[in-house]
Amino acid sequence: MLRTLYQYIAPQTLAWLIVALPLAGATINGFYSLVASRFHKHASHSFTSLIGCGLPVLSFVISLLIFVTLIGFSAGQDPTMITGPLFQWVVTGNLTIDLGLKFDQLSLVMVLIVTGVGSLIHIYSMGYMGHDEGYARYFSYLNLFLFFMLLLVLGDSLVLLFVGWEGVGLCSYLLIGFWFEDPTKAAAGKKAFIVNRIGDAGFLLGMFFIYATLSSHNLPPTEHQYNFFNFEVIKHHSAYLMPVATPICLLLFLGACGKSAQIPLYVWLPDAMAGPTPVSALIHAATMVTAGIYMIARLNFLYVLSPTAMQVVAWIGAITAIFAATIGLTQTDIKKVLAYSTISQLGYMFLALGVGAFSAAIFHLMTHAFFKALLFLGAGSVIHAMGGEQDIRNFGGLKEKMPITAWTFVIGAAAISGIFPFAGFFSKDAILWHTFHGGHISLWLIGFVGAGLTAFYMFRLVGMTFFGQPQMGRGEWQKVHESPPSMGFVLLFLGVLSVIGGWVGIPEAFGGGDHFHHWLSGVFGKMVVHEGMEEGHAAEIILTVVSLLWSLHFAILASVIYAQRREWPTKMAEKFQFLYKLIFNKYWIDELYDFIIVRPLVTLSEKVFWGVIDAKVIDQYGVHGAGRLMIFWNRCVTAVQTGVVQQYLLFFVIGVVLILWGFVF
Amino acid sequence: MLIEWLQSHLLSLMVFLPTAGALFILLLPKNEAASIKATALGFTLFTLLTNIWAWWFFHGLADFELQETLTWIPAFNIYYRLGVDGVSFLLITLTNFLMPLVVLSSWREIRTKLKEYMFLMLILQTGMVGTFAALDLFLFYVFWEVMLIPMYFLIGVWGSGRKIMAAFKFILYTMIGSVLMLVAILYGYFKGGQSFNFVDWLTIPFGLKEQLWLFLAFGLAFAIKVPLFPFHTWLPDAHTEAPTAGSVILAGVLLKMGTYGFYRFAMPFFPEAVRYFSPYILTLAVVGIVYGSLVAMVQKDVKRLVAYSSVAHLGFVILGLFALNQKGVEGAVLQMINHGLSTGALFLLVGMIYERRHTRQISAYGGIAAKVPVYAFFFIFVTLSSIGLPGLNNFVGEFLVLLGAFETKGIFGIVAVLGVVLSAIYMLWMVERVFFGKLEHEENKKLQDLGLREVLILVPLCLAMIGIGVYPKPIMNKMHSSTEAFLKLTMRTDAKASAQLLTPSHQYMKNDARIIKN
Repeated sequence: MLRTLYQYIAPQTLAWLIVALPLAGATINGFYSLVASRFHKHASHSFTSLIGCGLPVLSFVISLLIFVTLIGFSAGQDPTMITGPLFQWVVTGNLTIDLGLKFDQLSLVMVLIVTGVGSLIHIYSMGYMGHDEGYARYFSYLNLFLFFMLLLVLGDSLVLLFVGWEGVGLCSYLLIGFWFEDPTKAAAGKKAFIVNRIGDAGFLLGMFFIYATLSSHNLPPTEHQYNFFNFEVIKHHSAYLMPVATPICLLLFLGACGKSAQIPLYVWLPDAMAGPTPVSALIHAATMVTAGIYMIARLNFLYVLSPTAMQVVAWIGAITAIFAATIGLTQTDIKKVLAYSTISQLGYMFLALGVGAFSAAIFHLMTHAFFKALLFLGAGSVIHAMGGEQDIRNFGGLKEKMPITAWTFVIGAAAISGIFPFAGFFSKDAILWHTFHGGHISLWLIGFVGAGLTAFYMFRLVGMTFFGQPQMGRGEWQKVHESPPSMGFVLLFLGVLSVIGGWVGIPEAFGGGDHFHHWLSGVFGKMVVHEGMEEGHAAEIILTVVSLLWSLHFAILASVIYAQRREWPTKMAEKFQFLYKLIFNKYWIDELYDFIIVRPLVTLSEKVFWGVIDAKVIDQYGVHGAGRLMIFWNRCVTAVQTGVVQQYLLFFVIGVVLILWGFVF
Repeated sequence: MLIEWLQSHLLSLMVFLPTAGALFILLLPKNEAASIKATALGFTLFTLLTNIWAWWFFHGLADFELQETLTWIPAFNIYYRLGVDGVSFLLITLTNFLMPLVVLSSWREIRTKLKEYMFLMLILQTGMVGTFAALDLFLFYVFWEVMLIPMYFLIGVWGSGRKIMAAFKFILYTMIGSVLMLVAILYGYFKGGQSFNFVDWLTIPFGLKEQLWLFLAFGLAFAIKVPLFPFHTWLPDAHTEAPTAGSVILAGVLLKMGTYGFYRFAMPFFPEAVRYFSPYILTLAVVGIVYGSLVAMVQKDVKRLVAYSSVAHLGFVILGLFALNQKGVEGAVLQMINHGLSTGALFLLVGMIYERRHTRQISAYGGIAAKVPVYAFFFIFVTLSSIGLPGLNNFVGEFLVLLGAFETKGIFGIVAVLGVVLSAIYMLWMVERVFFGKLEHEENKKLQDLGLREVLILVPLCLAMIGIGVYPKPIMNKMHSSTEAFLKLTMRTDAKASAQLLTPSHQYMKNDARIIKN
């Protein structure tokens, strides 16, 4: 069947459709929404949904086709494909930038996650956003996001990756501030964009560094000679980058810290929860925030050149993981808890990257996309049912009213806590094991403690939301209802993925084939993870069981406390008041940034630059000063012209005397 | 026959079609507003069509194309000499592209002295196109001055607020610069065999000291125009108080006169001086980027904010030019065009809302996106272009400038990257305060969204932004050989070498001048 299809359209051409379809959707719905709002008409929901959901689904189907085609290659051949350049973007001097797409094992995984989870969330949004005024605008933004995200993961050069990188940032800005009439939401969108821009500045400098280094060598002339940003070219010449690998990798990592919300640039992500919940699920959990992980995985050949940079990545990841987890313990907004857990999980992925376990990072990225999307959509379902309420102290006992949401949420929580046999168990275990096995005992310990905290705060959330006694009024309790089938279906689907999603990577120690790792070894090479694995099986099993018990114990503890003994934690908080306040207020990091960066900068600009340098120094003393000098000179000259002859005579005599003085001496 | 004659005088056509329009307007009765507007629009469109026609005949070779030479004042060796290379051709195209839009934007804004207004606009266009096309320094100076007078009146008569002060500051600043330039031109004229010919100047053997002084004289005139920090304080006043059309032209075209001046004259004429001064100028450019952005951030008037953002954007252009490599220079040229499109569009947008509400204070707005969605769409679109979102025009230029500067001027490129962060801060903060939040002011609840005329003004600009962002190659192809030639001239180490660097058409121009003289 595929064969017949490819008689009409080459797979390389078909591949462009994956990217182009969401763009078409964004354009159509965007134009439609704009025209409708200009003439104060309501955009038709069915048309919008057809375009807005149909095209992403189609894009997913095409991705599947390409996937099937590529794995159908004969044995021993890598499932990779590069489309020819669509066109040359920039050609100048010794620089060429072509636009092409690159399909390999890594980008295939990413494309399937993005289009698959993306399509599911589009479908879910039909129900969730059904009553919203800006329905068409919403789908336009969401489609645009898919377009840029696909460009990011499929682009064959660093520049194209950056185009997608900034583009998803834009969509994130637009969607966080989707309900822009609320000033805090609009401000959250702006904050996200600006904090990301700080990271992007680092990213840009990293790119420039790569370029400047490669172009300073006389590389052998080939057809790609000046394509310095192309991944293949960078990889091929990565030996030249050896001496400067550390600064390059750290600069690029700064970009990753922005996009993937790591210390010190994580502050935008909790605020980003102001956006509609499906957006939080898609952009701020499953896909966009993982772009940093993808980027480092894509440039793995560069990062392995710099052990220093790898160390930094691992440590930042581990510290972020445990730091965000502690904040997650105290938050009372259901989405904020999930936001901090996202930051923490992303930290785990960076930890994996930093210790060289690239495939484990991507594995966790994939399972995280499943279960975190599930958790967010479950939270969305609860918020939807509760009429916009997000404070978990006002929930409780919801499993009676919304069983599908409740039980899929429990699955998600079990998956993120790393409980057997759910998806997160295998991926988190892979990270911890590789950290331990690589000899990074202190990093492993941080990750291990963090895993316990994760289980605790997740089951705190589960207990307070779905179990125990309802904490809301009787009238509200009556109104609570299960969400419509379009949303329930998505929850169930993601629930299934959160269970079985990890089975593709069952490690060999447990008799599995570790297929996921083998699949990615085409990109990451085999060297990093596999030495001495066989002897380690016993140790791996012991460690896994320990960490399973550890997480399980916290999960049970939390659900018991928060479902049945709610007063305990309150007492604890009173006892350790300072610590509680510190954590509850998120360590006052936002306030700190405001105090040491934002306010001084504004004051400096307004009071010193504008008020003094522009107005006083340049204008008053400079420009007008020159004017006044003229006037002063003018006055001096006028003062002399008195019309009194005696005075003129005096001047004359003085002049003569001076001249004579000059002659004589 | 006629067609052929026109084809060989395309540049003159573009220069003087607007003058013809201006004279035609003089013949119209004062109260015939409709026909005055129609005439002005017609002639600007006609010039644009000529420009499109010229696009096919301009090939982007290293030398000057579409040349025309006529004797003007033979006693002083002054010629009417026009010709364009890739850069000046693109800037002329930008000018002619903006003019019809600007005339359209004045449709309702200008209610008094419409006839005089349109007359001056068209004269201004002649001045601008002429300045870009002139290859004789005397002719260049004439057009340069022709351009200043109408702008002075545009600000002083049709401006708002403290318009007289703004107009005066504008003319004072620019005059100081141009007087020094005139002195420098005359010095070179007498030093180098009494010629105003651009090509002759390339071979005048200036000593180092002479180069330094002459570069300073030329450079000051251009630096004020750019404006380079700290010569920028005329700009916020002039931009803010000028009528919309005036601001658009000021930002879109007049500021480019400064950077173009560096590109065409100051840098290739005085290569030693460029080497000597380049660290200082790069410093000023980078300071301008950071300083302009920070001051823009705290502005309370939208138009003033956009004006200060120009200081930052033009800093990028200077940074690119003085990076002295092809990426930087081409990025700089691209940024000249991009700034014309994006900042021009921003001024147009501010003008549209000013027409409705008669205030530009940020605090007078808030939450208007809900009321005027189409306006908000265009404004945010242009904002994104201005802050260099990939896929839109500014990204390409900024990327090349920064890459070029990083490659050869290291630290300057690194500091300039800060501008990327700062531009997002000041623009998005302003957008947030104007468009988002609750609609609180009573007056804003009655705001009308954009009409067809206004959409027609903005759509071509936005299409151009997408076009350059997605596929800049057709534009860049026009300038490759010109920037290469520029770099060779600017980086030459002795005057003798320049004789060999002259391209065949340069030579042709020289000979041609001799032929006419004889």
